[in-house]
Amino acid sequence: MINASLPALRHALDARQISSVELATLFLDRIDALNPELNAFITVDREGALAAARAADKRIAAGTATTLTGIPLAQKDVFCTEGVLTTCGSKMLANFVSPYDAHVVSLLKAAGAVSLGKANMDEFAMGSSNESSHYGAVRNPWNLERIPGGSSGGSAAAVAARLAPIATGTDTGGSVRQPASYCGITGIKPTYGLVSRYGMIAYASSLDQGGAFGASAEDCALLLSAMTGFDERDSTSLERPTEDYAAALAAPASAKPLEGLRIGLPREFFAEGMADDVRATIEAAIAQYRALGATTVEVSLPNAKLAIPAYYVIAPAECSSNLSRFDGVRFGHRAASYGDLADMYAKSRAEGFGAEVKRRILVGTYVLSHGYYDAYYLQAQRLRRMIAQDFQGALQHCDVIAGPTTPTTAWALGQMADDPVQMYLSDIYTIAVNLAGLPGLSHPAGFGADGLPVGLQLIGDYFAEARLLNAAHRFQQATDWHARRPVCAA
Amino acid sequence: MSLSNDQVGHIARLARIALSAAELEATRAKLDGIFDLIEQMQAVDTTGVEPMSHPQEFAARLRADVVTETDRREAFQRVAPQTEAGLYLVPKVIE
Repeated sequence: MINASLPALRHALDARQISSVELATLFLDRIDALNPELNAFITVDREGALAAARAADKRIAAGTATTLTGIPLAQKDVFCTEGVLTTCGSKMLANFVSPYDAHVVSLLKAAGAVSLGKANMDEFAMGSSNESSHYGAVRNPWNLERIPGGSSGGSAAAVAARLAPIATGTDTGGSVRQPASYCGITGIKPTYGLVSRYGMIAYASSLDQGGAFGASAEDCALLLSAMTGFDERDSTSLERPTEDYAAALAAPASAKPLEGLRIGLPREFFAEGMADDVRATIEAAIAQYRALGATTVEVSLPNAKLAIPAYYVIAPAECSSNLSRFDGVRFGHRAASYGDLADMYAKSRAEGFGAEVKRRILVGTYVLSHGYYDAYYLQAQRLRRMIAQDFQGALQHCDVIAGPTTPTTAWALGQMADDPVQMYLSDIYTIAVNLAGLPGLSHPAGFGADGLPVGLQLIGDYFAEARLLNAAHRFQQATDWHARRPVCAA
Repeated sequence: MSLSNDQVGHIARLARIALSAAELEATRAKLDGIFDLIEQMQAVDTTGVEPMSHPQEFAARLRADVVTETDRREAFQRVAPQTEAGLYLVPKVIE
């Protein structure tokens, strides 16, 4: 049951082969057994989960269950959850029991999904390894000495280790796709504006976007369908009808199910910088796509390498503004001793924030300060447009863009902990997608030389979620990389 | 690029983050590395390119000018470090 797909779990619940309470208990017991080692959860909410499961069982009995009713899931600790500790991976929010629900949390509660708890993450979603969490690093279920990726590392590790069948995440520069790749699962970041940011603790507001993790594209499609939709409380929420991404996966069986799909391969993604084992795995996966009927064409994203410097201006600028709310007055950490008001702010923030968060606030403060704004912030925004235009140019020649999600497999815990720039460079293939606001998906493509998972990234035009999920689903129907499990979930 | 300790101290003051002398030195070294990365941007000619502040370019929505929030002061103040009689307490600002 722990490895069952969402449709299989739905069937088992509806056929009364298992109750929602039994299912939640199964996963809660796995969390009790494995989380001390993996550290994928910051908070486990057994009581809340069982109450939600009992309510779900009533709905199932009454015949009013919908797709996620009674399905357990992990919520990234960036989503405010009423009555539950919501830390965002930070000491700053170590005692923050949220007084309200994020929109995503409300939607999933209304759907009858059962939240098992809050998944570990890099502090304020700033990091690529999950080592910046105040609550300790998460370990990769495939190799406990490796990082799970970040910032949604707890969510990805939880799904990979089957501590939860599905999990929510957020992706500002790759924080869903990169950990999905490192943990051997599927993750999707939709078009900017599809998932409401209300109650999703802000890092960089023009880039932050909620996303979904699952073992397969099909499971992601079911979760994402329940997370999207217009919300007037988020000024950037898009007013468009919600889509049923899972329904879009149904198609008649065919030997060439991807006939007609044109896949663009960006020259720049396949240039130097990609590890040999990742390259071999990605090329084999692309050959599989061709065998399924897709055609490939070389495309170019000439400004791709500028995405990292542009991102490390724009994201810190927005972060320095967003995180100014943590001042020790209305919520969050306040220093125990201080002099005047300015001293209270400075000490509370010095104590509450970790090193990486402080660095990004300082970079952002600098690039927005008088005399530097044009040279840094506006220049970065001009590059952002060039990068977005590159994607539009490439998408003239193809339906989706494919390449590696990351240049290497998961690195060793501690390896880059003291080298922020080296860590920033690991997000080379994912960051540009956020700058443009496009949807991106990572799915398992095979394994590298060290037995660690390799992820293939698919990028689509705005609102191409169904197309990305469909392509990944066809790939997964013909392969079994997504069905491989680490030893702890075998 | 090389920031001076004075510059880092100034940014930290603007950002309201207290830094000890030792932290300031360590932070400066890390920021230099980050700005070396960022400086790659300066080699690109972006003349005539309109800055892009956001992926979706739309105007802010308007809504009817009516009260939609309920009074949840008590719930919101439960997570505050220090309150009294419905007010947030901070050090004295005006003598």
